[in-house]
Amino acid sequence: MKVAYFPGCTLKTKAKELDRYARKCAEILDVSLEEVEDWQCCGGVFTTSRDEVATKLSSVRALSAAKKNNNVLVTVCSACHNVIKQTNYAMQNDAEFAQRVNNYLGKGEEYDGTTEILHYLELLRDKVGYDNVAKKVINSLAGKKVAAYYGCLLLRPNSVMHTDDPENPTIMEDLIRALGAEPVIYSERNECCGGYITLENPEFSALRSHKVTESAYNSGADLIVTACPLCKYNLEKNGSPIPVVYFTELMAEAFGVKEDANA
Amino acid sequence: MHNKNDNVRSEIIRRSGVNPVKCMRCGKCTATCPAFDTMEYHPHQFVYMVESGDIEPLMNSNSLYQCLTCFACVDRCPRGVEPAKLVEAVRLEVIRKQGANHMKPDSIPAMVEEDLPQQAIVSALRKYHK
Repeated sequence: MKVAYFPGCTLKTKAKELDRYARKCAEILDVSLEEVEDWQCCGGVFTTSRDEVATKLSSVRALSAAKKNNNVLVTVCSACHNVIKQTNYAMQNDAEFAQRVNNYLGKGEEYDGTTEILHYLELLRDKVGYDNVAKKVINSLAGKKVAAYYGCLLLRPNSVMHTDDPENPTIMEDLIRALGAEPVIYSERNECCGGYITLENPEFSALRSHKVTESAYNSGADLIVTACPLCKYNLEKNGSPIPVVYFTELMAEAFGVKEDANA
Repeated sequence: MHNKNDNVRSEIIRRSGVNPVKCMRCGKCTATCPAFDTMEYHPHQFVYMVESGDIEPLMNSNSLYQCLTCFACVDRCPRGVEPAKLVEAVRLEVIRKQGANHMKPDSIPAMVEEDLPQQAIVSALRKYHK
């Protein structure tokens, strides 16, 4: 299966493990991730106003580039996914906005909103299938208690994202189970870590992050997994009592391709 | 004065796509907001103050920069009002004016530490800078 792949700015710098193991595991699962040529940063957060056009052009270009790869664009960072998916939704549902965007694109290069944008987790669940993921496990994670941390961007706004049930998601827990580990359900798994407020008000993001890590720890987890570099940063910086890793690292460990075995 | 205010109100409603009249004042947006404690005006207040045209106090409040864009209020509103979109529309009303950026690139280096992901910087600038 060949799909277009949008890594995003942070995956090339501070979140290399998220990117590297996404690629390695895709190879094992016979998925060919074709990196979008000359992709540009998605901007990190979606601007909800309808008259914000320029801030969404990089997402539209990435969506449009997926035409070469079966019209499927895969992202792995929660933030990129949220921005690009919300942009795609606006292209499909707001004709005035779509017209203004297309005025920026070259003649004959108009984007019609038909690309399917999938998060890597959705690719695993809906295209590869968790049964097939489970077949590639050579190093079972049995006995490991793993807390999936969704944060906000993977799930909300649900009317656009449709990733999963936004209040009772299972997409990451099902992956954890497929890898042989035991998922831990805890109350703060879909609440915000504080996000970018950490720049201006680190005390506040510390407060939010503590709530999340304490909730996971008190529910018996040995490990937190996330798909978002900023969540990982906030949770770790604010003294998570248990390790925080990307879900791709956990998968790489189970597939026996993790370079450092201490996940 | 009245006219100017009316224009700002309709511009904010148009830009956000939000219809504040749908609000039934249940307060669920504010109850679920993770930034509640740091806000002078809370999400439900944004909704009724925009509805009534009392927008100036919102424009002058630091609450504009406390929203985390987590969409909790958007998803959990039983009436589909989407308060976060109003917060953003009011913020744009402020920072689109010349010299009114809340955060400038020059101030970034002092805030950056070794492990900070690029994502944090681009997100903050996208929300605070035009």
